[in-house]
Amino acid sequence: MGILIGKNTRLLVQGITGNDGSFHAEKCRDYGTNLVAGVTPGKGGTTHLGVPVFNTIGEAVKKTGANASMIFVPPPFAADAILEAADADLEFIACITEGIPVLDMVKVVRYLQGRTTRLVGPNCPGVINPGEKCKIGIMPGNIHMAGNVGVVSRSGTLTYEAVAQLTDRKIGQSTCVGIGGDPVSGTNFVDVLDMFNKDSATEAIVMIGEIGGSKEQDAADFIKKNVRKPIVGFIAGGSAPPGRRMGHAGAIITGAAGTASAKVAALKAAGVTMVDSPAKLGDAMAKVLGKK
Amino acid sequence: MKLHEYQAKALFAKYGVNVPKGSVASTPAEVAAKLREIGGKGVVKAQVHAGGRGKAGGVKVVKSPEEGEQFAKGLLGKRLVTHQTGPEGVPVDKLLVEEVIGIQKELYASIVVEPSMKTAVFIVSEAGGMDIEEVAAKSPEKIVRLSVDPIIGFQPFMGRKLATGLNIDPALMRPAAAFFENLYKLFVATDASMAEVNPLVITTDGRILAADAKIGLDDDALFRHKDLADLRDIGQEDALDVKASEADVNYIRLDGDVGCMVNGAGLAMATMDLIKLMGSQPANFLDVGGGASEDKVKAAFLILLSDKKVKKVLVNIFGGILRCDVAARGIIGAVKEKGINVPLVIRMRGTNAEEGLKLLRESGLKVIIANDLQEAAEKAVRAA
Repeated sequence: MGILIGKNTRLLVQGITGNDGSFHAEKCRDYGTNLVAGVTPGKGGTTHLGVPVFNTIGEAVKKTGANASMIFVPPPFAADAILEAADADLEFIACITEGIPVLDMVKVVRYLQGRTTRLVGPNCPGVINPGEKCKIGIMPGNIHMAGNVGVVSRSGTLTYEAVAQLTDRKIGQSTCVGIGGDPVSGTNFVDVLDMFNKDSATEAIVMIGEIGGSKEQDAADFIKKNVRKPIVGFIAGGSAPPGRRMGHAGAIITGAAGTASAKVAALKAAGVTMVDSPAKLGDAMAKVLGKK
Repeated sequence: MKLHEYQAKALFAKYGVNVPKGSVASTPAEVAAKLREIGGKGVVKAQVHAGGRGKAGGVKVVKSPEEGEQFAKGLLGKRLVTHQTGPEGVPVDKLLVEEVIGIQKELYASIVVEPSMKTAVFIVSEAGGMDIEEVAAKSPEKIVRLSVDPIIGFQPFMGRKLATGLNIDPALMRPAAAFFENLYKLFVATDASMAEVNPLVITTDGRILAADAKIGLDDDALFRHKDLADLRDIGQEDALDVKASEADVNYIRLDGDVGCMVNGAGLAMATMDLIKLMGSQPANFLDVGGGASEDKVKAAFLILLSDKKVKKVLVNIFGGILRCDVAARGIIGAVKEKGINVPLVIRMRGTNAEEGLKLLRESGLKVIIANDLQEAAEKAVRAA
């Protein structure tokens, strides 16, 4: 069990012949993911890492039955790569690429509305389901262990930190989802919390937010109404100076909502166990699960 | 990337968004000449990347070319300190000289990409000329929002809706709608992250003008806007920040004394939070990025060390794409080149952590190794 990906996932990698794409495709396969194809326009007909490379996703799906994609295409072409994967009705896409223009993502996310494809990212570490030995992303597989805690985060390495703390305390994970650090992305906290809430393999949740925007407040509203599973949370950036990452007018829409304190307050009010230190996530979850 | 007001207004004009008559000057004599061109009287505005210019003495309505020239002499080549700049201020190299406009009404308009709507959104308000964040907090009913579906783009009815929301005289509805339509065209064509007009003025002679203009550009889209990338004025930016952007590392200088270098923005922020929680202050935010090379780590570490406020250093690397041994080599290279006379605490975990720590131990550098995040922060804060 777990969410988004698993035993039935058949992965293709867009940009498989590039350095990063090749390196991580191999790591995913070594972890246990069923890698079935690669797509690099112009290199169709060749073989890479022992799997066939195609010019288009349409061909790859027809020949290999691929149903998920991991994208390593460079930023200028990444939006187009996501659109191609959605057009082929893949079930799942993790877009790892960082630095896609925001207005490109505005179009992509609008195109995805009403379609069946689930996009995670961009600018994200991807998703891993340790119980079903399936990894679509760039996270180090060996820090994970199978179990019943779902992890959702806007960050990459901070997620690894949280996961390592869990694994150090023999607390396994059902699925870990990095939703990515971009302002406009395919999947938000609410989407993942909803899935964890319905997943029988997930007993508790770690949620890691960041300053800026109001995705955490949306999550707090959802949690209050729907989630009865225990959640441990942390918001990164309480010490960050205001205005450096958010544009002036960008700050007005969410108003004070962009600050760490506002997010912490909203999540606390929704019943989430908030920790003030990123070093305490593991201990807090152990306590919640009665393991300490 | 930020633009100067004169650059933003030139773009506004290019896309048909009306701005006051004016042009930019670099010397006092030029200021006087430009004022003569528009009839002697005018407004002279310091071109800096900071708000609060008016209150800081960077904007003046002058009655004659001579007065304008005097004002320019006092500003050009100096540094302007506003509430947004910090005590060192920002250099004034250029002045914008504009016609004086008769104001009938001051409004507010901006476009931003709103993450929760996942579209570009217009924000307009009748409360122009004021701090819009304050308006949003105190009288949110005075703010009107309109989301533009990227598939259909801006439609004429949206312009009418915005004009109506601003209680604009029906006789001016057409030019107002055109103003908004052109502003949206500009926003999309330049890949802006923000376009703001405050105030948006209805003049006594019935014109609709952007009296001030701000544009923020999406750095990630500059690859397809070479002409816009050339507008960058690095003189307005912190010298270390510029160095960092040249090395392609994400660095922001802060006020504390614990320098930190981390891989990943979230972990970097979390590390800063922990330093603060332990009673100290971070000297910077520094994310070396995911796939950093040895050279990049070295460049990043040198930038961190060149900040004189740094009294101790904390390195926190959770190896993923970035291997810990690569990070260790970069750090060792930087220290061998420039030396280090403050305590250095290092925590490494993840990909090739053992190898990285071994390299550090064998390098002969005085390094304090920490096993986990908590211990790392404690050791860094207490180091002296």
